[in-house]
Amino acid sequence: MRPLLEIENLRVTFPTTRGDTDVVRGVSFTLGRERLGIVGESGSGKSMTGRSILKLVRAPGRVYADKLAFDGIDLSTRSEKQMRALRGARISMVMQDPKFSLNPVMTIGEQIAEALLTHKSLPRREVNDRVHAMLESVRIAEPERVARLYPHEVSGGMGQRVMIAMMLIPEPDLLIADEPTSALDVSVQAQVLDIIDELVRRKGMGLIFISHDLNLVSSYCDRILVMNTGEVVEECRAGELMNATHPYTRGLIASIPRLDETRDELPVLDRSAWAKA
Amino acid sequence: MTALSLKDLDISYGDTQITHKVSLDIAEGESFALVGESGSGKSTVLKAIAGLAPQWTGEIRVLGKARSHGVDRDFSRVCQMVFQDPYGSLHPRKTVDATLGEALTIHGIGDRNARVEEIMASVGLDRKFRFRFPHQLSGGQRQRVAIARALMLKPKILLLDEPTSALDVSVQAEILNLLKRLRREQNLTFLMVTHNLPVVSFLCDRLAVMRHGRIVEVASVDDLRRGDLKEPYSRELMQISAAHAT
Amino acid sequence: MATFRDWLIDDSPASPMQARLGRLYRIFGALMHNPLAVIGAIIIICLILAALFAPWLATHDPLRQALAERLLPPSAAHWMGTDELGRDIWSRVVYGARITLMIVALVAVLAAPAGLVIGVVSGYFGGWVDRILMGITDIFLSLPKLILALAFVAALGPGIENAIIAIAITSWPGYARVARAETLTFKNSEFIAAVRLLGASSIRVNLGHVLPLCTSSMIIRVTLDMAGIILTAAGLGFIGLGAQPPLPEWGAMISRGRSFILDQWWVATMPGFAIILVSLGFCFLGDGLRDVLDPKSGEQR
Ligand SMILES: Nc1ncnc2c1ncn2[C@@H]1O[C@H](COP(=O)(O)OP(=O)(O)OP(=O)(O)O)[C@@H](O)[C@H]1O
Ligand SMILES: Nc1ncnc2c1ncn2[C@@H]1O[C@H](COP(=O)(O)OP(=O)(O)OP(=O)(O)O)[C@@H](O)[C@H]1O
Ligand SMILES: [Mg+2]
Ligand SMILES: [Mg+2]
Repeated sequence: MRPLLEIENLRVTFPTTRGDTDVVRGVSFTLGRERLGIVGESGSGKSMTGRSILKLVRAPGRVYADKLAFDGIDLSTRSEKQMRALRGARISMVMQDPKFSLNPVMTIGEQIAEALLTHKSLPRREVNDRVHAMLESVRIAEPERVARLYPHEVSGGMGQRVMIAMMLIPEPDLLIADEPTSALDVSVQAQVLDIIDELVRRKGMGLIFISHDLNLVSSYCDRILVMNTGEVVEECRAGELMNATHPYTRGLIASIPRLDETRDELPVLDRSAWAKA
Repeated sequence: MTALSLKDLDISYGDTQITHKVSLDIAEGESFALVGESGSGKSTVLKAIAGLAPQWTGEIRVLGKARSHGVDRDFSRVCQMVFQDPYGSLHPRKTVDATLGEALTIHGIGDRNARVEEIMASVGLDRKFRFRFPHQLSGGQRQRVAIARALMLKPKILLLDEPTSALDVSVQAEILNLLKRLRREQNLTFLMVTHNLPVVSFLCDRLAVMRHGRIVEVASVDDLRRGDLKEPYSRELMQISAAHAT
Repeated sequence: MATFRDWLIDDSPASPMQARLGRLYRIFGALMHNPLAVIGAIIIICLILAALFAPWLATHDPLRQALAERLLPPSAAHWMGTDELGRDIWSRVVYGARITLMIVALVAVLAAPAGLVIGVVSGYFGGWVDRILMGITDIFLSLPKLILALAFVAALGPGIENAIIAIAITSWPGYARVARAETLTFKNSEFIAAVRLLGASSIRVNLGHVLPLCTSSMIIRVTLDMAGIILTAAGLGFIGLGAQPPLPEWGAMISRGRSFILDQWWVATMPGFAIILVSLGFCFLGDGLRDVLDPKSGEQR
């Protein structure tokens, strides 16, 4: 079977006052109908990788790739207009900052309704019911009240759940989720991930799950890429993340506190140590 | 002495009541965690204490003194808050120096230069960051600036709303170490909201579990480490956390 | 020179001054990458230079009449020809730059800050303050600008000063709207909550923290509006309610030239060109500024 997404030698470059800097440097991977986790420290280029698949890297950033194909469609030659058709319908992305991605002067309900109506024309009466049903599906109690709130009036975790709900409306073939659950408690998080999981199993959706929660990624995904300074430094099956060998990955794992933590100080990444290695 | 005591706190926004009879006592120098369901009102409790959610009934006492409903200047010297999102909590057009110096100007405190440098050193920010704008800082550096701003007036109590949930694990470790050291050095009292039980285990002495606007359980961190929580909901949270860690 | 540039783009500035200059330099650099913005900037610089050096650039006295030389076509002696009173049009256009620049600057100085403050106050406090202020704003906005300006000039009496006042009065509501919209998006953000927690007064929060965030969209808006302001001033001049003769105001010049438009086209066309050129210049620059200053793009992250 043809993989859902094929990426070869992806590069993202930003011009700066001191010459060009590559923030993604030759990333290659293929994604089937599976859950792929991307982890790595802040600034390692995880979000940029996700955005470049949708061609959402803002100018002056530039994207190059030897191959960037989604379901046999060559994305690198697609025009902005053709991308827009793909974006909503077949590839969705949950952006990292829900508060920045939501319109601050429109209520949650209005925004979900707008997202619904761009994909399907619905009778007016049904729109409200659908909006409430969607809020309920991401475990938001009192959907009527929350639909009337503005983004700054919902809790951090609610904002994230609203974003997820909106991105799942078109039932995409590929979902790129950029830290979608970082503000959720573990119980709601598990329930929300189940919803995504259900789409992966039922519809064969592909999932790219960007996160810094290594524990979560290793228990939820099938495969994991570890990124550092724009490169993939390690790739492994999810269950084996804790046995990773690269010193960078080991450094990240060591700095996670444990449930029965008794250390007085957490080890932090010693960049110099592994850079030489 | 109790640093912070809440009694039968009911907080509302408009007609909706968010919390129901929240009562807590936090001793001076203690580090107390508030965990629980998303949307259960944890941030709201912190906001009410800080004065950003003025619509409440019940009692809030800070260092023995009853708290008024709004934001006031005297209170700002006693208690400060660090927000969850390091990207949203710094003014995009102000340099680190301006952000940190603001507190001094407001309260007419002199010696600005030395104070700013001192606080930057204590949160581990190099001097070269002093005149940078937020967009020139990483998430972890921004959070350090936010913590430094909160410490500028030398408060006794720090309210922390998910201070590390937007940060990666290695930066989270740095910030947690920093908070632990600051608390030891300045004898601070922490009230921290978090979703991450291992973080509670590392940084806190006690925790309260919230759900649907109520506190369902208060336990010590030793109970958490031993897996000795009583309420079914707390146990559920604990078990999922434990399952991830294996 | 290279070292000065390094100082400007230094990632770790050593003083607030250097940080601010560095930011300006970056904005300037980005602006220079936008060809239209560069064209716009050049046009506006030319306008300013023309206004400053009018006595040197003008070949004749703009007010001196020479009836023997009336309605001459463009030639080496009169680059843009002469008007019906024999005045040199080139010289009049050059001196007209002063009037245009004065109108633009005064309107910007009067209307923009007023709109900014009203918008910020209205957005920040909300409630009845907002309803009253925005009610007034909406009344002004709902009337066409030129008509409103006409009414004011008619009441105040014709003349360039009154025209400026009238234009200023008609243009603040737009700025108030922009400032209010910006304020609404920022007032609930955590960095505003954080300064409030530090004990800052409402005045301080508004002037020191909310207002600076609205300035960039305000600069964009004012620049884009300049074209409209110039046209309104010209319109008032055209119908004889703005600058009074013999002032070389562009709109008034067109007005007088229109009776000869078929036979002596240059009389009305030359100042018309000047108006179009300057309006375009402001539009181009405004567009470029929008790309560079928009807080949602590039510079932020
Ligand atoms: N407009 C820009 N100009 C220059 N560099 C940029 C720009 N936007 C992003 N970068 C750089 O790109 C790099 C990768 O950023 P990216 O957002 O992909 O990181 P990330 O791995 O998602 O980190 P985080 O965990 O903090 O979200 C960073 O080093 C960042 O500084
Ligand atoms: N300004 C407001 N106006 C109206 N309702 C609000 C406002 N702020 C918060 N709420 C509501 O209060 C409830 C609790 O929100 P809060 O932010 O305290 O949750 P939380 O426990 O911090 O959740 P999370 O872990 O997701 O951040 C939510 O239902 C939210 O919609
Ligand atoms: Mg990211
Ligand atoms: Mg919260």
